[in-house]
Amino acid sequence: MSDVITRFGSLDDYEKGGVEIINDDPRNYVFSNVFEVAKTNAPYARVAVGINFEYVIEAARAEGTSPWYTCAHDEFVLCMDGDVEVHLVKLARPDDHVDPEHEGAVQLADAMPEGRKMGRLVLGRGHQGLLPVGAAYRFHAEKPAVILVQTILGDVTVQKWAEICQTTA
Amino acid sequence: MAMSLSLDAQAAPTTSTASTDTETLEISNQTGFRAFRAGGFHFKRDEYFAHLSWPGGTHIIPIDVFLRAMMRDVAWGFFYGVVNFDAVFGTINHYGEVTMFAGRFNDAYRSAGRDYSERFQSAALMATFKELLSDWTVAGYDPFAAPMETGVPWGVKQGANDAAITRQRVTAHRMVGLLGDTPLRTDTAGFPVNRQFADVPQDQPVVEAEPGFEHEVSAYNLFGYLSRSDVTWNPSVCSVVGDSLFCPTSEEFILPVEHGNDRCEWFLQLSDEITWDVKDKETGKPRARVLARAGDICCMPADIRHQGYSTKRSMLLVWENGAAKIPQMIAEGTAPVTPVQF
Repeated sequence: MSDVITRFGSLDDYEKGGVEIINDDPRNYVFSNVFEVAKTNAPYARVAVGINFEYVIEAARAEGTSPWYTCAHDEFVLCMDGDVEVHLVKLARPDDHVDPEHEGAVQLADAMPEGRKMGRLVLGRGHQGLLPVGAAYRFHAEKPAVILVQTILGDVTVQKWAEICQTTA
Repeated sequence: MAMSLSLDAQAAPTTSTASTDTETLEISNQTGFRAFRAGGFHFKRDEYFAHLSWPGGTHIIPIDVFLRAMMRDVAWGFFYGVVNFDAVFGTINHYGEVTMFAGRFNDAYRSAGRDYSERFQSAALMATFKELLSDWTVAGYDPFAAPMETGVPWGVKQGANDAAITRQRVTAHRMVGLLGDTPLRTDTAGFPVNRQFADVPQDQPVVEAEPGFEHEVSAYNLFGYLSRSDVTWNPSVCSVVGDSLFCPTSEEFILPVEHGNDRCEWFLQLSDEITWDVKDKETGKPRARVLARAGDICCMPADIRHQGYSTKRSMLLVWENGAAKIPQMIAEGTAPVTPVQF
């Protein structure tokens, strides 16, 4: 048995660091914690915790079943805590749901979008999965879990930087 | 694909007038190491130090510090922005051309007018740096490895370790593990789990693909993948959305350079913790210290330099934007210093 302890965070056990200011504004560092963001927002609220021009990293608490989403480009999901299922459907007519030039994910109104079943992923902590272009996807978690999505700023991205980031020294 | 994340330096534009004047010099009878020249800069090493000189100045850097920094500058293709080997010497990437400097980002040198710079075509300087790194790295020493996992760089010339310094940088085109993309790390592929990540689960996700979708329904254990990294402070591309590059890496001891940003750079701490010293990019004056623990995410502004410290080997996701428009924005001074205002 190894006596090494690698510390990962979780919804119930995270210890946040911070910015110790010498001569700067803490807002410049856009410092937040993905577990805290997931814990304090509604399930499947896709809150931006990182932004770089049009690109974002969204953090969300997976709990129960999410709506269906689709996207005109690849996205990737990284499970940071818990277990998350990802259900994938190849949309019969993806352009009916999202313009091919559209950026970011869009939420589908359908309870079950029309298309062929592609398959299923079950992600545990540290597992990264592909959310391929042209697919619809939804998440399901029996117990609260934390996911990050590598994507582009879009309709479902929530920005609330002043609420999630360190603003004082 | 991010241009500066390729292993080799970018080609200079055909109209480039930047210098290609580099030279491999004689072997020292005392130490067995070669000397090198790039423009007015001269490089020599002895048992303990790299000795640098340029018109009007000299400098000494401990050889372990110099080789670790040189290893990253070479592997990263001069990286984004400024690579400070220490408080005096370093390089500035202009993406096709590169400035080598002494004192350019040191307040005392600048104020006294003692700083010195020369601009080179990237390929020419990279060739010299690679040759220098090969000649100055002795057998048993791996400048990519954590200090407790390698031999020592000291002494006179004794063999070489080209296998360690020519590792291929991982750059997934879509995602690690997909058909035709960069493969998973395994014992049989020569990537055992690192001693500091012995407790990291190696399970793989459940992947149930319907017939015909085997190449699109895909997932892998990123934390397990990182636990098998045999290098430190060397971000590798693992997933790509347009120009958005997830570049996770494993970190132990000290980031061997002070990286001077020319664009916003994000750090998501995946495990354990790193402390970052943040200084003003131009003057080197301290601005902040960031303690990042598992789950913390923060941005390094585009006008700072940073250096990280990680006692326990940790997992860090470096998030870069490799858009081709950014170097031009940097040159025009229109690239944002911070990613968002609030």
